[in-house]
Amino acid sequence: MTDLLYSETEDDLRAAVRSLVAARGDTAALAARAEAGSPYDPRLWASLAAEMGAAGLLVPEKLGGQGASHREAAVVLEELGRGVVAAPYLTSSVVATQALLSLDTDTEAVATLLAELAEGRRTAVLAVPLSAAPDGPLPEGTGRVTGVADAATADVLLVLRADGLYAVEAAQAVVEPLTPLDLTRPLAAVTAGEGGTRLADAVAGATAVRSGLLAGAGLLASEQLGIAEWCLEETVRHTGERHQFNRPVGSFQALKHRMAQLWLEVVSARAAARAAADALATGSPEAALSVAVAQAYCSRVAVHAAEECVQLHGGIGMTWEHPAHLYLKRAKADEIALGTPGRHKEALAALVDLQAP
Amino acid sequence: MTDAAELLGLTRKLLAAYPPATTDRADFLKARFDAGLAWVHFPEGLGGLGAPRSLQAVVDAELAAAGAPDNDPRRIGIGLGMAAPTILKYGSQEVKERFLRPLWTGEEVWCQLFSEPGAGSDLAALGTRAVRDEATGDWVVDGQKVWTSSAHVARWAILIARTDPDLPKHRGITYFVCDMTDPGVEVRPLRQITGEAEFNEVFLTGVRIPDAHRLGEVGEGWKVAQTTLNNERVAIGGMRLPREGGMIGPIARTWRERPELRTHDLHQRLLTLWVEAEVSRLAGERLRQQLVVGQPGPEGSAMKLAFARLNQEISGLEVELRGEEGLLYDDWTMRRPELVDFTGRDAGYRYLRSKGNSIEGGTTEVLLNIVAERVLGLPAEPRNDKDVAWKDLAR
Repeated sequence: MTDLLYSETEDDLRAAVRSLVAARGDTAALAARAEAGSPYDPRLWASLAAEMGAAGLLVPEKLGGQGASHREAAVVLEELGRGVVAAPYLTSSVVATQALLSLDTDTEAVATLLAELAEGRRTAVLAVPLSAAPDGPLPEGTGRVTGVADAATADVLLVLRADGLYAVEAAQAVVEPLTPLDLTRPLAAVTAGEGGTRLADAVAGATAVRSGLLAGAGLLASEQLGIAEWCLEETVRHTGERHQFNRPVGSFQALKHRMAQLWLEVVSARAAARAAADALATGSPEAALSVAVAQAYCSRVAVHAAEECVQLHGGIGMTWEHPAHLYLKRAKADEIALGTPGRHKEALAALVDLQAP
Repeated sequence: MTDAAELLGLTRKLLAAYPPATTDRADFLKARFDAGLAWVHFPEGLGGLGAPRSLQAVVDAELAAAGAPDNDPRRIGIGLGMAAPTILKYGSQEVKERFLRPLWTGEEVWCQLFSEPGAGSDLAALGTRAVRDEATGDWVVDGQKVWTSSAHVARWAILIARTDPDLPKHRGITYFVCDMTDPGVEVRPLRQITGEAEFNEVFLTGVRIPDAHRLGEVGEGWKVAQTTLNNERVAIGGMRLPREGGMIGPIARTWRERPELRTHDLHQRLLTLWVEAEVSRLAGERLRQQLVVGQPGPEGSAMKLAFARLNQEISGLEVELRGEEGLLYDDWTMRRPELVDFTGRDAGYRYLRSKGNSIEGGTTEVLLNIVAERVLGLPAEPRNDKDVAWKDLAR
């Protein structure tokens, strides 16, 4: 049976990540770094990935990781979403790591790279657009791939070519930063050209890439849950304190109902995100279905929560100095990331036999 | 007595002494109650063993596997879900012993005399009067209740009535158990939007209630009613459904079986609702898992809200999907069903009946206020009825 609760270990992990984000996750500093084109905080990443071992949660101990599962990685992503943290966790520690885990891990090149990622010493990203859905078309060949998330700081690019999946050192590729809607998740165009280390043949490579994208889509739901939670909590706090017409604005029924509605959506999103994380962790045959349900639902909830957050903050919500904009930009970009809600519903239509006309 | 193995042993002993295949249904249920296996978390002698609530599942699974009869919870829902926990908390020992056993076995059906024509969502505004007869100590009740499910089959009712109109509305209410067969209780069917009369109006004229049937102190009825209402929400939220187990099931089947009805617009809307129904099911399952490990969350009220909206949207889409057939209705005869049967009727019935889901058991508007204030901690709306005597309120 699907376990939709949080274990004690997961609660402890959450507390640790939350306190790290609270200590280092200054959103004003983040906005300033993001505008300068480099939103990451290397010290936060070092603490999270290496010291806390979060980068290696999906990797078995014998391959140098923590031997935990998608359930724990999902909790990390909830907290990174809550703090709208800029870090290559989703791209490197989840998507690229999962893709590598789907390959033959007895291969030295795969095992070495996995160990490096698990220790947080290096990062890797799939050279596919952030918008790529688990069951959608994949770039193939040596051309320029646009919209690759976190490529600008990645050490290694995993490139799918006609004859297989390659690990290409970033220094050997051309990486051109783009201007992203979501300032906290940088995008780049990547031209990997030739060369690199061949990790798998074309069929195994494509399967691995899809496996990485599926895990990424499933756990992205937890990031979206974290975004929605922060937006709701902050809106409740603000409207409880802000006075207009000689009353806290949060006492007006029209506003209360909108926040109560959002709470309902957050409660539901948590169940959906937990179901997806648990299905991925247990290798359930329903993983694809659970991921599609979670993505179709949680994407919309995060965007709705962020939009309400801006609206119910009034004028301050439209400013650069208030962090609401960072959440709105992340939520809207996450809606497109790893497949739009519509794309996931199409996948679902086939999975549950509700065919189109 | 808190051990799963011991409970399993007792359950097997019961099955051996009263083999379900050869035992009368009522006899089996009485024996199960007397063995303390009805609701294991209730005290000994009252159908329970003082065990943790979560261990009930052990007993239920063993009995289900043995094909034992169960106490049809749909028919006796108000008694089990609302009257029983209130009686357990506020009833005297005599009251508990008198009422809990036939309530649990289903021999006696209960209804709830709370809502009134002038007091629905503003329940504490109720005007039904209960006046003490100083000679006998009895209470004499006069007034009118409404939206009373099962009143036409109920043997007993939980009732709230005003005992002091000079106090502010929440403070002058008292809680009683009312005998539905008493002279002065008149039940009239209230025909609904669906054509049937599942609800009733109940007229109370000089109904005499012995003081022994009062639950809680005089004037403390609002506090007692909170126990009833909180349990109502838990009962609504804790249901367990398989995938496509709710209203999404019939429309999904129709979609699969009738390709000629499909359009692209309907497909998009169906998929959206399918996702929402599945997420709502998962949220309900998460709530159930929290209850099992003793971490009940406030999600129960969320489930009721989600379920009300989804039922309405799904059934509305289903009528539209059926096109020309959607113009027809199965049966307008005024029937008086003992329980609501959503899936045994056509889409049109589901569409009309589901309109009540956002009204019954607390309107969506009132529940959203409760979520906003009690869960999110938002400030209450200013109110002007708290310190005014009930008799001076505008009506």
